[in-house]
Amino acid sequence: MSAGVTSRPTGAATSVGSPAGRSVLEIAGLCVSVRGEDGEREVVSDLSLTLKRGETLCIAGESGSGKSMTALAIMQLLPQPAARISSGMIQLGEIDLATLNERQMQRIRGDRIAMIFQEPMTSLNPVLSIGRQLTESIEAHTDLSSAEARRRAIEALKAVRISEADSRLKQFPHELSGGMRQRVMIAMALALKPDVLIADEPTTALDVTVQGEVLELLRDLQREHGTSIILITHDMGVVAEMADRVIVMRHGRMVEEGKVADIFARPRADYTRELLAAVPRIGTGAGRQDLGQTIPKTLNQVALVDDLHVGFDLRGGFFGQVNRRVHAVEGVSFSIAPHETLALVGESGCGKSTTAKALAGLVPYQGDIVIGGRNLSGLGRDERKAVRRDVQMIFQDPYASLDPRMRVGDLVAEPLLIHGIASKQERRERVATLFERVGLSADQMDLYPHEFSGGQRQRICIARALALRPKLIIADESVSALDVSVQARVLDLLKELQREFGIAYLFISHDMAVVENISDRVAVMYLGQIVEMGTRDQVFSNPRHPYTKRLIEAVPVPDPAKRRPRFARLDQEIPSPTRKIGEPPPKLTLKDVGNGHLVAAS
Amino acid sequence: MIPYLGRRVMQSLLILLGVSLITFALLYLLPADPVRQIAGRSATPQTVENIRRQLGLDQPFVVQYWHYLMSLLSGDLGRSYIQRSEVTELIVSRLPASLLLMVGAILCELLIGLTMGLIAAVKRGTTTDQTLMVASFVGVSAPQFVVGLLLLYVFAVRLGWFPIGGYGTWRHLVLPSLTMGILGAGWYARMMRSSMIDVLRQDYVRTARAKGLARGAILFRHALPNAILPVVAMIGIDIGIFMGGIVVVESVFGWPGIGQLAWQAIQRVDIPIIMGVTLVSAFAIVLGNLLADIVAPFIDPRIKLR
Repeated sequence: MSAGVTSRPTGAATSVGSPAGRSVLEIAGLCVSVRGEDGEREVVSDLSLTLKRGETLCIAGESGSGKSMTALAIMQLLPQPAARISSGMIQLGEIDLATLNERQMQRIRGDRIAMIFQEPMTSLNPVLSIGRQLTESIEAHTDLSSAEARRRAIEALKAVRISEADSRLKQFPHELSGGMRQRVMIAMALALKPDVLIADEPTTALDVTVQGEVLELLRDLQREHGTSIILITHDMGVVAEMADRVIVMRHGRMVEEGKVADIFARPRADYTRELLAAVPRIGTGAGRQDLGQTIPKTLNQVALVDDLHVGFDLRGGFFGQVNRRVHAVEGVSFSIAPHETLALVGESGCGKSTTAKALAGLVPYQGDIVIGGRNLSGLGRDERKAVRRDVQMIFQDPYASLDPRMRVGDLVAEPLLIHGIASKQERRERVATLFERVGLSADQMDLYPHEFSGGQRQRICIARALALRPKLIIADESVSALDVSVQARVLDLLKELQREFGIAYLFISHDMAVVENISDRVAVMYLGQIVEMGTRDQVFSNPRHPYTKRLIEAVPVPDPAKRRPRFARLDQEIPSPTRKIGEPPPKLTLKDVGNGHLVAAS
Repeated sequence: MIPYLGRRVMQSLLILLGVSLITFALLYLLPADPVRQIAGRSATPQTVENIRRQLGLDQPFVVQYWHYLMSLLSGDLGRSYIQRSEVTELIVSRLPASLLLMVGAILCELLIGLTMGLIAAVKRGTTTDQTLMVASFVGVSAPQFVVGLLLLYVFAVRLGWFPIGGYGTWRHLVLPSLTMGILGAGWYARMMRSSMIDVLRQDYVRTARAKGLARGAILFRHALPNAILPVVAMIGIDIGIFMGGIVVVESVFGWPGIGQLAWQAIQRVDIPIIMGVTLVSAFAIVLGNLLADIVAPFIDPRIKLR
């Protein structure tokens, strides 16, 4: 099966057009339609593509472009009974997959075409051991005995660089981290050496340093087995890193197809150009004036956080006493000035969101939080409520953070209502103004959240946050769930509002490129503590802490000409912030390395 | 696991203590006077007083309860006022019959309920699904004595497949178990259906399909163990409902269990028996819930008992 393996040097797309580049999968005139309330709607229209042996074809596009539907159509896993292939053929070797029945298709799935999905946390069955989930697909497609299947499973785990593969077989998915689970998924998919691997956003849910490792692994395995990969992604950085050829999709249609170098260097379609222009890149944020240095320290701070601790107790033992504690935030200190954006960056579990929640008064904390010169811990309930008006929050998921049963106008007016501000008529007028300010129209006030797109909903959330004219807005991954083009526009809006009202932002994100674009100052968090803090230029041009360096290096660069060589592999997992009582983690001390650039001694 | 069990046993003992106190207090406050029942209508006030003193019922509430509690600790549930025998013996002699009925009923509800729920979930939105759900609704809403009499009429009187009442062979067990099980089966069918539909939408089921597994493996290996968890928790709670149902069903079918014992005792204000049956029921409920919690980690490895 792996006869025609092309040894492909990283950084170049040589397999295209080479003698080994025989096509493995051919799609011609594929149309997929979904039946909805108002009749059938085409989500993939007249798509044709060819996948050659050993090549990586990236299907790139924003949400709703039909890229995932295409993948599911190939696998015949379209959501039933609503979606169906309405025409076209999907040729795998001599077989047209579109004509196969379920039973015939079962023999193809997992054996000749395998698939991995976006969510490693939910894509493995929680009640079955890793071993069982690995061996069952081997047993389903081969006549191997269970001992042989087990051996194959161990081999597969070793292939994805999982240590102690033998004992891992007995583990359950919840005992593994997200990155490990995705590697298990890959092991499962590649155990039977399929001709084609479809990877649907395989690294989107992973931390950026883990993403680097998983992409690297896919590349290595492809080189070893000669597997053809269809990689579906919205991230142009990943495309640049991985693709030989690229298909750009929009509204179910192919907009452009070409070699990766051509797509990035000479995009022909307008949409591709727009898409590439919207991609945040590290190194482009420098155009923004650096406020970090111009604002004197003596100026009144909007918010000051000093030695903040947040811990969650875990109970155990005979009487259910507290015996372990999650040290989510350990002695974090920072301040934010008006007009300033402080970015809090770090990977999942580093405590950045918990810090934000403490600041917004959503979790109990120890330490001092001073907002507008008033220390919250010394205040009564009513005073605290009044102070909190100055701090508002915008959350990550615009779909989940708006009550589906309320009109959006009422949602935006709610903070005013809670704080007893303005009469009903005045409230409506203020909401109307806010709607226009965030780029919506006032006559949309009476609609419900489901009638808006993701970007529009995030605008509604921004309007809601603005309603009380806060001094500080906490944006917790507020643009992470948005498509890049929408993301760029929302970021512009945030910047505009800052210029206009002088709002300070605490901008929480895992995306270094976005952070570089919007922030004045940056604080990098790791395991509940700040390891590096300074102005944007200090942190991005001169990262001093090894973790900061890793974070910046791990970001895929949206330029195929700048493909990284090998990405350094992390040999251990990030340690857990859960510790026994009486054994708090060692406290890091920050040292000024010049001009207020603070770095933890490592 | 051991500390967990220790804690749960302590909690259970406290619950039983609470149940005994509340039941005892309720019976104490009862307007019906057990002594009158024992002495009969023609007894002189003197006789009534004598009996009252004999039984210790002239003592204040706290003293009475204390005595009861002390003998309870030595496993003595007291003597029946009417039947002149030990309550412990009465209950022990009748418990096997009730337990048998309970096992039969649980088997019926699981077998019927889970199968119906599973089929309905897989055939979601079809006529089969709708028919099954209507059937389960009837099962849930029909009163047990009606179901019991209906089953008796059709299968015992008309068809003669099963005996009309009594106790002894497996044939005797079928109709009472069905009567008890149909109510629960309706609940389980609805619960299983929604739980299964939810599980079938999960990512890991899609993964299983993407691996090329056959339908049976997906359904029974991947979906069922995940879907059945809420049902297992329900079985623990169900035992409480059974204890209510057992009184009705044992009367309808002349089944010699503790349900019948309780029914007779209530009619005659035989307080020691009522207390005894209540405590045994409470014990069964506590035990059922404990067992359900202990079984859960074997189905779902994410659940840790601590």
